[in-house]
Amino acid sequence: MTAQDSLQDSLQDSPQNFPQGSPRTSLQLTGEGQLRHFLTLDGLDRALLTDILDTADSFIEVGERSIKKVPLLRGRTVVNLFFESSTRTRSTFELAAKRLSADVLNLDINTSATSKGESLSDTLLNLEAMASDMFVVRHAQSGAPHFIAESVTPGVAIINAGDGRHAHPTQAMLDMLTIRQHKGRFDGLKVAIVGDVLHSRVARSQIRALNELGAAEVRVIAPATLLPRDVESLGCSVEYDMAKGMKELDVVIMLRLQKERMEGALLPSEREFYRLYGLNREKLALAHPECIVMHPGPINRGVEIESAVADGPQSVILDQVTNGIAIRMAVMSMAMGGQMADRNRQSEERKTL
Amino acid sequence: MIVTTEQSVPSLALVGGRLATTGEKATVTIQDGRIAEIAGPGSAQAAEQTIDIKGCLISAGFVDLCCNLREPGNGQKGNIASESRAAAHGGFTTLCASPDTSPVNDSGAVTNLILDVAATRSSVRILPIGAITRGLEGELLSDMAGLAGAGCVAMGNGSRPVRNARVLRRCMAYAQTFGLTVMFSPENQALAADGYAHDGLVASRLGLLGIPEVAETAAIMEMLLLAEETGVRLHLSQLSCARSVEMLVEARRRGISVTADVAMHQLLFTDDALSGFDSRFHVRPPLRSESDRKALLAGVREGVIDAITSQHQPHDSAAKQAPLAATEPGLSTIETTLSMGLLLVERGELSLQQLLRALTEGPASVLGRRAVIEPDAAADLCVFDPARTWAPSASTLCSAGIHHPFPSRSLPGVVQLTLCNGETAWASEPERSPIR
Repeated sequence: MTAQDSLQDSLQDSPQNFPQGSPRTSLQLTGEGQLRHFLTLDGLDRALLTDILDTADSFIEVGERSIKKVPLLRGRTVVNLFFESSTRTRSTFELAAKRLSADVLNLDINTSATSKGESLSDTLLNLEAMASDMFVVRHAQSGAPHFIAESVTPGVAIINAGDGRHAHPTQAMLDMLTIRQHKGRFDGLKVAIVGDVLHSRVARSQIRALNELGAAEVRVIAPATLLPRDVESLGCSVEYDMAKGMKELDVVIMLRLQKERMEGALLPSEREFYRLYGLNREKLALAHPECIVMHPGPINRGVEIESAVADGPQSVILDQVTNGIAIRMAVMSMAMGGQMADRNRQSEERKTL
Repeated sequence: MIVTTEQSVPSLALVGGRLATTGEKATVTIQDGRIAEIAGPGSAQAAEQTIDIKGCLISAGFVDLCCNLREPGNGQKGNIASESRAAAHGGFTTLCASPDTSPVNDSGAVTNLILDVAATRSSVRILPIGAITRGLEGELLSDMAGLAGAGCVAMGNGSRPVRNARVLRRCMAYAQTFGLTVMFSPENQALAADGYAHDGLVASRLGLLGIPEVAETAAIMEMLLLAEETGVRLHLSQLSCARSVEMLVEARRRGISVTADVAMHQLLFTDDALSGFDSRFHVRPPLRSESDRKALLAGVREGVIDAITSQHQPHDSAAKQAPLAATEPGLSTIETTLSMGLLLVERGELSLQQLLRALTEGPASVLGRRAVIEPDAAADLCVFDPARTWAPSASTLCSAGIHHPFPSRSLPGVVQLTLCNGETAWASEPERSPIR
């Protein structure tokens, strides 16, 4: 179904409503429901998310071989477009692409084209003209990968590596993979996300994934200044008191706190934040004894989390990093598959014409 | 742009239409730029020219309190010729031109420039709004009396806030000295901060930076208190929140001289329009919730909100071709305003009379003018066929800005003829139009 068709359908379904925006599900899926871009977890169902996790599981084994390569993206060009700096995410994307045998180009856009006044569209069109097959995009503005996939280079598979406060879908999926490895399921799990939810693209994607995969409860634990308005509508409950929020938890996910939050009058001090919302051994003891501790990194020791907890037996933070490569391999190969299917269909349509 | 000609122009009769306000069949005869007679079918005096407008409604020409013509200065986005032609296509005969030009309209010289260009390039009446502070910076008073003398009909600060309450108070007191109306788009800048979307469900889900309602209501509260104290005639432009409508009712009850308008797109769309990061719907104030939309509609129905504006903001395509936060706010709406209103009429959310009042008499009265069809009134008329549909597209729109809200959708209401001072500003079938 094309964007136009679904717009038409939505009009017919609800004559009271005017067309509002463009449908997002069809942007990242082919007509057959295959992934062709990976922009957000919104609109992806449990089957597809599980498919991503299963595919990633099969790639974990690749990382354990002496020759860590499969030829799935051989001859394909992947461009890592990082408009915002990142070490971990970029390196895991680069490794993932290389393990899939792709040619990889890393561009740090902060220091190149845009500083010469070139627009985002022009930069991307130039890269497309170099016959790129996939862009891995990190951008400071929410929706930038949507914009690229919809209006600039729809024929290039776009993977969202984090956009503004909107989404970080590969991070959320690697977290889900880590949870599944340790808990074996999502049904019945109680999960808390602690800290700066307001500015967190990771939290938004995690809440969405946990809801879709069937977690029993998602709690966010933070002061009101660090929560988006009507946060419950995202599919979570709110707890201001961390001691209460830790009760019966199976998974606790700590978020990174940026130093700028103090300047924006959102928090009084790091010290007060750590006292109230930092994860230490005493607070962790309130959770289920098997509770695992996660953090998307990079960690601020002594701000969000005590070192003894970050390095302790319940911490799975380094597993997350390992799983990051497998998830990114899964998503890249699946999106390339969908993109290729789309291209083949288009070229066949041209032939029949 | 009032043209007086020595030799008399042939009289013109519009035959076979109905008056939009009453639905009565009528022949409207125009002589020398003014309405000469409104007569029942068959009883009109003979005119030298007649136009058959069977099936059409005749309304007074629409009056827009907030329109961006982009001239002088922003030629890549539009100019007086292109945007006034778009306005005529949309049935508008009077446009208030925002002072937010480059240079800003903060001196009589710029006002004169705008009026000079309008006299030769615009087929509709253009009424400039003067900048109330110099450069719209919100710091120093502009030469308001001089601006009014040059032809500005009100003073405002464009879409920019006057941050300093002391400056705002003095702006109002000074404008009041000369009996000038002040027009402000209420926004508390500290509360709006870097936001570009309604601080609600969609912004929370998509991680957009929100502008809370209180950014508008806190500014309105301050303005109402200052208006009450200074006694100035205050017009609040582009309301977006339910609470603002309540505050307006309360202020009127207290006897504060305040009027208000709302942009047509606020009556049709909600923040849901941004759910696919659609940058066209990046507007300011932002599209808000369904309950806000309903309250704004009720405000128009009950006459609490005096006018519906186009808030027309033409842009070049590059201005909208970027991630949402990096795009410029504004929709190109002046050609679809009537059609959007007719959609509301179709849905039963407004009556045709309420819609037309908010496009004609309502805004005209804010300016101390009139927009009616009666003998001896200026022949500013919009003749439209409510039953016919059209599809806005780059080829059917006259505006330089093509980012209108309805791609690939046909809309009700085709403007057949727009007359300004009896002269043709727009005719959908030029061969049937009277000679200028």
